[in-house]
Amino acid sequence: MKIAVQTEAFDLNAEVGALYQANPKVGAVASFLGLVRDINEGQGVSTLSLEHYPGMTEKALAQIVENARQRWEVLDAAVIHRVGALLPTEPIVLVAVASGHRGDAFAACEFIMDFLKTRAPFWKKEVTPEGEHWVDARESDDRAAARWGGSDT
Amino acid sequence: MKVRLLYFARLREVFATGQETPDIPENVTTLADLLDWLRQRGGVWAEELAAGRAYRVAINQDLVERDALLHESDEVAIFPPVTGG
Repeated sequence: MKIAVQTEAFDLNAEVGALYQANPKVGAVASFLGLVRDINEGQGVSTLSLEHYPGMTEKALAQIVENARQRWEVLDAAVIHRVGALLPTEPIVLVAVASGHRGDAFAACEFIMDFLKTRAPFWKKEVTPEGEHWVDARESDDRAAARWGGSDT
Repeated sequence: MKVRLLYFARLREVFATGQETPDIPENVTTLADLLDWLRQRGGVWAEELAAGRAYRVAINQDLVERDALLHESDEVAIFPPVTGG
């Protein structure tokens, strides 16, 4: 299992490859790549600045992956989240899950992403030509996490 | 009792500090007590930590509810709802 919070870019192929190349039991890898958009609440975002809570972030992500392992067959997983200043079109987050079959890989990947959005201590600030502002949390993200039910919601 | 308080993102900016290590009174034993004590500072503290405002609290890096007990040297972080991903 790989959990990383970093400023530098990551290599999607290398990260996904590392989940299955040494393990012939892996039959499926589902991956999610989150990107910085150029239009969010403001117009013409020029930079996205990401802050996090060092220590808690890694701990929260590891717990989310562990919760996924309790529900599905997760042979390996990678969660990489970037922090600092990011530009539109840049990758911001990667969640990839290796499993024997696609069902578990898809579900665990979505589950990890839903809880990353609502439980991992990251905060986005948009820096636009009109000024900068903190991005508000979305109720739709809370609903996405709540639909999984159970004690870890 | 001394606790380490951390503030992040918008709250760090509004409170104009990222951390402090205050000596809290003996009658402050729960997180709810601590929040009351901070609100007594008035101004942005009373405003941002008012009932009904959306913020989260973690003790020693685990999200907790308001009835959580405080212990010497705890790391208590107060921050806005998260917006990663």
